[in-house]
Amino acid sequence: MSRRFHKPLAIVPAYNEEPCVGGVVTELHHHCPDFDVIVIDDGSTDATADAARAAGAAVVRNPFNLGIGGAVQCGYQFALEHGYDLAVQVDGDGQHDAREIQVLRSHLERHPELHMVTGSRFLERARDGYRSSTPRRIGIRIFSALLSAVTRQPITDPTSGFRMTTRRGIELFARDYPHDYPEVEAVVMLHHHRLRSAELPVRMRERAGGRSSIAGHWSGFYMLKVLLAVGVAIFRARPAVEPGEQAPVTAEHAI
Amino acid sequence: MDSRVQIVAIAVSTGLLAVVFELVRRRRLMERYALLWLAAAAVLLGFSIWRNGLELFADAVGVAYAPSAIFIVALGFILLLLLHFSLVISRLADQTKVLAQRLGLVQHELDSLRAELAAERRLDGEREHVHS
Repeated sequence: MSRRFHKPLAIVPAYNEEPCVGGVVTELHHHCPDFDVIVIDDGSTDATADAARAAGAAVVRNPFNLGIGGAVQCGYQFALEHGYDLAVQVDGDGQHDAREIQVLRSHLERHPELHMVTGSRFLERARDGYRSSTPRRIGIRIFSALLSAVTRQPITDPTSGFRMTTRRGIELFARDYPHDYPEVEAVVMLHHHRLRSAELPVRMRERAGGRSSIAGHWSGFYMLKVLLAVGVAIFRARPAVEPGEQAPVTAEHAI
Repeated sequence: MDSRVQIVAIAVSTGLLAVVFELVRRRRLMERYALLWLAAAAVLLGFSIWRNGLELFADAVGVAYAPSAIFIVALGFILLLLLHFSLVISRLADQTKVLAQRLGLVQHELDSLRAELAAERRLDGEREHVHS
């Protein structure tokens, strides 16, 4: 059994990625010609938007910097409104290899029970492609142990932003997406909503230039905040935002 | 209780009540945010006038010196107010995010509509040019 996707979208969050974003878009057009490309310029102070437009992408500019979570969610809202049935997140810094996108897609097509696939740097095949600092690696270890326990399935790369979702995932993320440390929390969210996900081994590159919008400062403090966010996500009083429920942003709630 | 303490307490809480009331009256402070302030001022005023009540309260919570119980009450209200502000700030941040995202998306729609319109006009112009 398999399924087909007819309207795929590539969401490229970019914050001050003028040197890289053009190349990312060009590569996407080249390797994934049937994907529409939307670049979310998250309040950049350089010419990120112009570079993306020059390379042929549609560009949504946030009026100010919302952070990676807000930018990515904006992309999912775009996907929801324009009826895309498949969306892949590709970082604007060029660390995700566009050639791997077809791998993710064909896996989703062959497994109709899945709602999301994540490209993992740490599944066997990809060992050589990516190197990161020691504290960061320890952090990723801890998160992957935690998330694997919570979701009861092996999660090797909890901070990977290279993920592809089907319509259900798009709908969920457009409505409700974690703010500050979205990759890790989104895994928990997906689990709460009983959507199924899987990891695939992918190659990732070193960043081509610019500064990381996601985890430029990977520190103990960052770790602590993500742990808190995950803890909150696990015990969230309102894990689901279903139609008819209270809106995620409500007018008035005083104590 | 030393009557000077009582006088000061009454003066301060009356002043607070008056300031909050005046701010609400001039619409500088929204009613929904004034409620907690009004409650705090009213309770503090109540305790500073009704000495017996304060002593009863102090006795109940095990405070030996009754006037210092009023600090506990005030501290409680301060904590409540701070928490309230954190809630309000979180909500505002959420709303701002939603607005920013909408604005970005709407701007994009507007730009693409404008581009389409411009292309159509150019096409029409060329057609007219050919006819004439």
